[in-house]
Amino acid sequence: MLEGEKMQNYYQKEIETMPVEEMKKLQSEKLVKQVKHVYENVPYYRDLMDNKGVTPDDIKGIDDLYKLPFLTKADLRDAYPYGLLAKPLSDCVRIQSTSGTTGRRVVAFYTQNDIELWEDCCARAIVAAGGTKDDVCQVAYGYGLFTGGPGLNGGSHKVGCLTLPMSSGNTERQIQFMMDLNASIICCTPSYAAYIGETLQEKGYKPEDIPLKAGIFGAEPWTEEMRRGIENTLGIKAYDIYGLTETSGPGVSFECSEQTGMHINEDHFLAEIIDPDTGKVLPEGSKGELVFTSLDKEAFPLLRYRTRDICVLSRKKCSCGRTLIKMAKPMGRSDDMMIIRGVNVFPSQIETVLLNEGYQPNYQIIVDRKGNTDTFDVNVEMTAEQFTDTVSGVTAKEKALANAMKTMLGINPAVHLVAPKSIVRSEGKAVRVIDKRKLHD
Amino acid sequence: MALKQLNIFVENKKGALVEITETLASNEINIRALSIADTEEFGILRLIVNDTELASKVLSEKNYLIKTTEVVGVKIGDAPGKLSTALAVLDKEDINVEYLYAFMARTEKHAYVVLRVADNSQAEKALEDAGYHMITDPDIDKL
Ligand SMILES: [Zn+2]
Repeated sequence: MLEGEKMQNYYQKEIETMPVEEMKKLQSEKLVKQVKHVYENVPYYRDLMDNKGVTPDDIKGIDDLYKLPFLTKADLRDAYPYGLLAKPLSDCVRIQSTSGTTGRRVVAFYTQNDIELWEDCCARAIVAAGGTKDDVCQVAYGYGLFTGGPGLNGGSHKVGCLTLPMSSGNTERQIQFMMDLNASIICCTPSYAAYIGETLQEKGYKPEDIPLKAGIFGAEPWTEEMRRGIENTLGIKAYDIYGLTETSGPGVSFECSEQTGMHINEDHFLAEIIDPDTGKVLPEGSKGELVFTSLDKEAFPLLRYRTRDICVLSRKKCSCGRTLIKMAKPMGRSDDMMIIRGVNVFPSQIETVLLNEGYQPNYQIIVDRKGNTDTFDVNVEMTAEQFTDTVSGVTAKEKALANAMKTMLGINPAVHLVAPKSIVRSEGKAVRVIDKRKLHD
Repeated sequence: MALKQLNIFVENKKGALVEITETLASNEINIRALSIADTEEFGILRLIVNDTELASKVLSEKNYLIKTTEVVGVKIGDAPGKLSTALAVLDKEDINVEYLYAFMARTEKHAYVVLRVADNSQAEKALEDAGYHMITDPDIDKL
């Protein structure tokens, strides 16, 4: 059921509608404190500052931000695991970790206060999507190291929704709980939302039969076309949410009813757009790389962290009444996305299909070029549940997987089921993508 | 009543076959019957052994993907035409045989056939009604 927009609600009205000048003052105060905290407690970043000849005294407010050195994913790798930690481990209560497809995992640490603020951010997103304490919120993001499940779960609690901690996968069970318990809000990846929508459609459910009214979707790039598709099949309004483990998780920014970009929780995360080649700060409205500075994080406070996400910031007045700066949907992370036969493919989409179909996410994507055509092969490790004693049984499983991937991606891969533990793992993590096309270019 | 069959998912068949048979031999497991179905990419090795549980355990420890399924084992006389007569019995009952393979006993002059069908008890009943003897797991050691 699609409900019309009612009066605007905020989770933390004072912050979310704070006049811009006041917000900048708040950010400046927090930044000065945060730089001192980091300089005193993180030798890795102190060295970067010392090398650049910057001291905490040089940072008097957000106008001095440009003086600080950048942090990149490479720094996170070098400093793994404790090098960027700013609090004693005894003050930390949680870690979360990335599911990135390249390189070493990122491990982020949280104090109890870090978790509170992160959950507040997610609560703001849920309220902006129309959530109240009367809602039933189905969290179908993965729970565990991935930030999606824990973040939205915490936000849902803060709003006071009845929370269904479903985690991802097991679509039959998702649908059963959704229908039986009248879930009104769903939080998951957009590709999983699309998949649930298709499954409901196959079962003969019409949008008006589905109790959902809103969805909060993130953790992977998605198109406007995909948004309309999800909205139509589920009969909901679909809201984008953005975040990254390095800064906290989902809730760094979130969409409001206007659906024209995501409000950044800039009381916690100070955003800049830079020229990715020169590192120079670009004026508002320019397209460039998004950089975040955590203003409140205690345990893992990254200053000027380069996200590699390309997008645009805007302070244009928003009809929802929030004054928080808005970011356009990022055009994808260069290190994860592949373009195969002209279509954007993300490893997370493959992973979603595998979980939906009852496989473990043990796979490898091999892209190559024959003549002018891209070849697209996906090797998937066979599981005991899927293995059968006949060749036709195994090839039927391969075909079913390829079809499910085609539905998700729009292009057809060749799926090969391979022996368990046969996909090469380095540092305990499988190499997810082998793109041989670069060899020919 | 059926017979237990070990199914092993194998890639890189050459190396795997050597390792599998050596592993079974070093654990004193006898292979009584064997068949391989393969494509260019993978193969399914099917085994009838005297100790299915032990075989499954030692091969799983070597990271092989094992599944135990039940098949029909039927005793066929060692005379020409016996197999086709047995198959005709199944055909008459509209029972489709997905695959089959045969083996000989060491002790007596009999051939045995392993049959994969959709419904084991239906096939067993049809064959028994036609006078055939089924073999089950305890028989394997004695053959
Ligand atoms: Zn707004």
